[in-house]
Amino acid sequence: MGDILSGLIFLVFALLTVFSAYLVVSSKNIVHSALSLALTFVGVAVLYVMLNADFLALAQLLIYGGAVAIMIVFGVMLTMKSGEADNTNEDTRTALWGGIAAFLTFVVMALVIFSTEAWRTTVDTVSGGSTIGDISWLLLTKYVVPFEVAAVLLLVAMVGAIILAKGVNDSK
Amino acid sequence: MNLSLTVGLPHYLLVGAMLFCFGLYGVFSKKNAIAVLMSLELMLNAVNINLIAFNRFLWSVPVAGTNHVLLNGHVSAIFVMVVAAAEVAVGLALVINIYRSRLSANVDELDWLKW
Repeated sequence: MGDILSGLIFLVFALLTVFSAYLVVSSKNIVHSALSLALTFVGVAVLYVMLNADFLALAQLLIYGGAVAIMIVFGVMLTMKSGEADNTNEDTRTALWGGIAAFLTFVVMALVIFSTEAWRTTVDTVSGGSTIGDISWLLLTKYVVPFEVAAVLLLVAMVGAIILAKGVNDSK
Repeated sequence: MNLSLTVGLPHYLLVGAMLFCFGLYGVFSKKNAIAVLMSLELMLNAVNINLIAFNRFLWSVPVAGTNHVLLNGHVSAIFVMVVAAAEVAVGLALVINIYRSRLSANVDELDWLKW
């Protein structure tokens, strides 16, 4: 019974995620694309919850569903020409070839996924409980150097984004 | 045919593959630079799903002294999130800067390196 329930929940949210991802690339209005992208992020957060990744589900909602979605919407607003609402998300001339390439990539991936015996597993190897303690233990022992590098990367990205968007001369 | 509803690793990998390929299509086919950035975010999310699914289903190295397993996949996903946040901030700043000087965010028109 629990299997059927979790299977149904997975099916609903996997379909929601994939369908809203389809809307991101198919919508003709880029504002609709941005909103579908936020919905995709929330669907992925639900999948994280089903994978026992509680901290990452929270971080997904905060970083992607909150910050990145808002930043994308602001980017859309700042680069939109006034009086132009429709057809803001057109395809290029080579879109057909992009579609073929993406479809062939998907076929190869699906073949690999379904033909690898070792991946056909449903065994739960993670014991329940919060993951925050284990993640922080790894981050402060084995991955402490990448952790510090990530902090520097975020600082540099913040300074770089401000300089690029504002301009050096304007700040004097 | 076995119509079991038990969710396993291939289902999560398939969702990840679909998200990745929609993102790939968007990167290849969209005119608007912001739409290309959105498709990139889709691809990075697909990678994160795969990392966490592999960590949950195939990884069983225990933490010393506890019954938990090491969460290397989760830590990698956190680093992917950090890089994605930095990428979207710098990418949007670049697009806004280009839009200011060229009045266009169309990637087909960003061709002044071609001569």
